[in-house]
Amino acid sequence: MIEAERLCKVFQDKKRGEVRAVTNVSFTCKPGQIYGLLGANGAGKTTTLRMLATILEPTDGTARVAGFDLVKDPESVRRNVGFLSTATALYGRLSAFEMVQYFARLYGMEDAAIEKRINELFTRLEMNEFRDRRCDKLSTGMKQKVSIARTLVHDPQVMIFDEPTVGLDVMAARTIVQFIRECRNHGKTVIFSTHVMSEVEKLCDHIGIIHGGRLLAEGTLADLRKESGQEDLEDIFVQLVEPYIPKETVAS
Amino acid sequence: MSLRNALIVYRKELTDSLRDRRTLISMVVVPILIMPVMSIGIGALMIEVVGKAQEEIPKVMILGGDRSPRALADLMALKGVQVVPSTGDYRQQISDKKIRAAVDLPSEFDKSLEDGRVEVVKIYNYAGDLKSGFAADKLETSLHDYSDHTVKQRLEAHKLPADLVTPFKVQKENVAPPEKVSGAAIGGFLPYFVIILCVTGAMYPAIDLTAGEKERGTIETILCSPVSRTHLVFGKFLMVLTAALCTAVLAIISMGVSFRAAKAWMASAIATGRGGADNPLNFSIGIKAIGAVFFMVLPLAVFFSATLLAIALFAKSYKEAQSYLSPLIILVVLPAIAGVLPGVELNAKLAMIPVLSTSLVCKEIVSGTFHWSYIGLIFLSSCIYAAAALFIAVKLFQREDVLFRT
Repeated sequence: MIEAERLCKVFQDKKRGEVRAVTNVSFTCKPGQIYGLLGANGAGKTTTLRMLATILEPTDGTARVAGFDLVKDPESVRRNVGFLSTATALYGRLSAFEMVQYFARLYGMEDAAIEKRINELFTRLEMNEFRDRRCDKLSTGMKQKVSIARTLVHDPQVMIFDEPTVGLDVMAARTIVQFIRECRNHGKTVIFSTHVMSEVEKLCDHIGIIHGGRLLAEGTLADLRKESGQEDLEDIFVQLVEPYIPKETVAS
Repeated sequence: MSLRNALIVYRKELTDSLRDRRTLISMVVVPILIMPVMSIGIGALMIEVVGKAQEEIPKVMILGGDRSPRALADLMALKGVQVVPSTGDYRQQISDKKIRAAVDLPSEFDKSLEDGRVEVVKIYNYAGDLKSGFAADKLETSLHDYSDHTVKQRLEAHKLPADLVTPFKVQKENVAPPEKVSGAAIGGFLPYFVIILCVTGAMYPAIDLTAGEKERGTIETILCSPVSRTHLVFGKFLMVLTAALCTAVLAIISMGVSFRAAKAWMASAIATGRGGADNPLNFSIGIKAIGAVFFMVLPLAVFFSATLLAIALFAKSYKEAQSYLSPLIILVVLPAIAGVLPGVELNAKLAMIPVLSTSLVCKEIVSGTFHWSYIGLIFLSSCIYAAAALFIAVKLFQREDVLFRT
């Protein structure tokens, strides 16, 4: 379960001064559901998800993730969250096994339990072939699998995916999409961000459209269609976002 | 939470760093190789240069000296130099190293000596040039002998005792054991090298564990794990400290081994008549002193590790971190060198300056003097600096604008 309440994030930028990356974002994401955060680049998706993963601290507002308040108890939140993004790279000089083992240890697991869990994950994800190969020697698809094993090793209740398919080829992206679906089928709470409409249509039970750091609309795809009177998700998105884009940009 | 997570981070960083070629080179290869290369290289060069300079028979020129056959004959009889015919461009010839020195006898010098007039005999040499110095020394010694001889003759002529002009004699006696005399000069370099290598050993891991993680994109991965940022920085810090101390220990061991070899080699060089008369390496530094040096360097290593880690964390990339840290090396080298310079003595004010104070007190320790009050003061001040640097590093790790600087 994720319950975000008026999440705000303000950055101080030397050139631009105060930048409000996220303003009053509230939503609820239930177990066994996939919540899709849809937005253009710079809309505030990454910042929102980083706050939920406690990598960034909210300037204002808070969220309860897996039952823990992320401002008051960030460590408990981290214990119950699996976070995956294209920015979460692997340690190149560690082997696939060592990489996952390192994170399992940080989650406080005992060595015997780690061994058992990794064997199980590696078999399920078909990773035993490159188990002891260094991460910098792996192909993109293999690296993705190691990252997935890393996010799953502590069996978290909540999964957060920040644009997980960006820059991946079709096959690698498919692995990720399948994996996200599996997470839902296992009753996990899943939130993921993307700017790819088709992924949202395919995967999401619930959709939030974010722009300029604000959540503009929220609901199931059917809700959004009903409210906007549009059928296509892209049309819905443009209709919602257009009033916030300066005129000259649209004209050009 | 306990320190368990900090130790997990440390263990992982150790494995990771030991697989990094750059870190291995700076942590293991450099300290092991630099000492033998330096001591044997410089030793060989010294023996070569000094030996050659002493072997060479320098060419000298005798200017003037007309109607002074006796003085001239005395100079001409000088062994170990080759007298060449005088020309007007002797200054140029000395500069061009065609001749090594020239001596200018005033005209009618013999007569002046008979009449008791005080004349000036000039020696021309090229200051700073070893060979010119040897030649000038030979000329000067010869002239001093001639002067002494003249004094003796004069005293005899007046039937006066020879010791008239020597009312008393002065004699110096050294109370320091012979090994301490040269030990203070050469052993002073020991702490200097240990300090410098401590920094260079810590530099690569410090960059790799911070800016390197940012560059490779692993920082976000580790930040979403449950390890607290304080434990994370602590684990990383321990790794950098390990590298610094490992470098220092290897350097000390390597220095000890190559020193023994160089000493034996010097002794054999002297025995075969090359090199100087005394073995400058004829001293030893006790285990106790080495232990004390290491103990004094310990807080300094903590200080370096934390400082390097904090600065490197601020950088966005490996390259940026390198450009921040390279000037820092000079900042460490300068006070470390100042500590080696003769004449710089420890006092309460200098004891407060990091690096310099450690360099100075270690120099004293190596030459066998233990100023306990200074040792305590310096250890304490270094510990305070180290704690401050570590505190800053921890604080920086809490700051989002530093971790996600764009």
